[in-house]
Amino acid sequence: MRHEIRFSGFGGQGIILSAVILGRAAALYDNKNAVQTQVYGPEARGGASMSAVIIDDEPILYPKVRDPDTYVIMSQQGFEKYGCNTRDDAVMLLDSDLVHDRPSCRYVGIPATSVAKKELGRDIVANIIMLGALTTATSVVSGGALEKAILDSVPKGTEDLNLKAMKKGQELGIQGESS
Amino acid sequence: MQGNIACAEGALAAGCNFFGGYPITPSTEVAEHMASRMPKITGSCFIQMEDEIASMAAIIGAAWTGARSMTATSGPGFSLMMENIGYAVMTETPCVLVNIQRGGPSTGQPTMGAQGDMMQVRFGSHGDYSIIALCPSSVQECFDLTAKAFNLADRFRTPVFLMADEVIGHMREKLEIPDSVEIIRPKTLPEGTLPFTAGPDGVPGFAPFGIGRFTHVTGLTHDERGYPDTTNPACHESLVKRLVNKIENARHEIADYTIVNENARYVFVCYGAPVRTVKEVVDRMKIPDTGYLQLKTVWPFPEELLLRFPNVQAFIVPEMNLGMISREVERHVSVRVIPVGRIGGELHPPEELIQAVKIAGGDV
Repeated sequence: MRHEIRFSGFGGQGIILSAVILGRAAALYDNKNAVQTQVYGPEARGGASMSAVIIDDEPILYPKVRDPDTYVIMSQQGFEKYGCNTRDDAVMLLDSDLVHDRPSCRYVGIPATSVAKKELGRDIVANIIMLGALTTATSVVSGGALEKAILDSVPKGTEDLNLKAMKKGQELGIQGESS
Repeated sequence: MQGNIACAEGALAAGCNFFGGYPITPSTEVAEHMASRMPKITGSCFIQMEDEIASMAAIIGAAWTGARSMTATSGPGFSLMMENIGYAVMTETPCVLVNIQRGGPSTGQPTMGAQGDMMQVRFGSHGDYSIIALCPSSVQECFDLTAKAFNLADRFRTPVFLMADEVIGHMREKLEIPDSVEIIRPKTLPEGTLPFTAGPDGVPGFAPFGIGRFTHVTGLTHDERGYPDTTNPACHESLVKRLVNKIENARHEIADYTIVNENARYVFVCYGAPVRTVKEVVDRMKIPDTGYLQLKTVWPFPEELLLRFPNVQAFIVPEMNLGMISREVERHVSVRVIPVGRIGGELHPPEELIQAVKIAGGDV
């Protein structure tokens, strides 16, 4: 089974880290192959950011995502630049407060940034909420693998906060506004 | 793990204990990782120099103390290193340079991939010489080939270049780190042998500073004692021919490659990131009559490998430049050579190579 996942948002949201964590979860803990790439521009914060992961049972040869089946979109600009030409059978997780448009494919809207700020006190974990939602709204990665990869990747002292964010995302992945 | 970090880890696994460098996108993670790892390893030294000229000088000096030394850079820094690269060649200093290639000329495209330095690495410093250049196409090869580069540098007493690119350097994928890597150190210089007297393979033994031998090291044309002899044509000819031949005559030993579908009519010759597209086209999509030669060693150019394809009608050479190694292929074969040069920073998509196969087959 092969999945191509594209993440987009604005610089500073942790779009690249999200892809790194997902790839790590798949490669090290779900025992699959994964390749992570990104659009790596000089713009650091604020501009449209994109990163991508391919997850496959087979070795991954061509490393760039070309035809995503899964999207995680966290800004309107990211939607316009990377999320508006989806294939019909794709699924999109979007931050429902920050993305105003809705795609023609199946989607799950998750108010990740506002939940992160209001319920967890730190909007910086919005990306982890989105990753948590990915485990319940899709089959690209298992919850157990994601949890281990998050713990590998986040700064010491923030483990509990990030795991709470993941769990919140797992709930929202089932309950969120969807088509 | 990221390709750049795999380069750093491959170097450390090979016992690299001196890194002198100056950060530059897209190679910075190599230096950054070495800066974090090396202070924790006894006997290791990381130093950030004031620029790339000094970085290259530092790794040459470190090598002459017996260290396994390395630097990492990209195009603009690589240009600055050219003068001292010639000095390393002339003084037969074993060292490793990682070049994570980006779009040029000049500062060009700092964050985009390219393979535009493939001729510069071969010919960029002045005078006649040869070097060894390796090209990884995966994170695993970043690790493996960087480790191997140190052995080749010591075996042949020459700078060895890991010519990666931004695509591979910034990509993350699975890496299996071996329990240990093979380490080959330079031949020692036997007692009573002059410091630049070479064996039959053209490589002199190495007596680094501090072991009690007093070696004169100069970039001037020198005799076997190491003393300048700059107006004697015979001395210059024998020295420079030895520097070239110690590498060119060892092409077979140095060549690291993969051949798939020897009987193919349309054969890709590829190195670095475009290997990934070639594998997609040949191994996964199984486009009929296609095969490939992946060069992990690009220099010295292993020309004999081109003769391994008895049915070839055309060689297709995809590169992230406007045609560099394709010219090298052309020099050695009589069949058609189709360069597929792509610049701008993005890897060739599979369709571009399938189109080249159609052109080779006369379908277009």
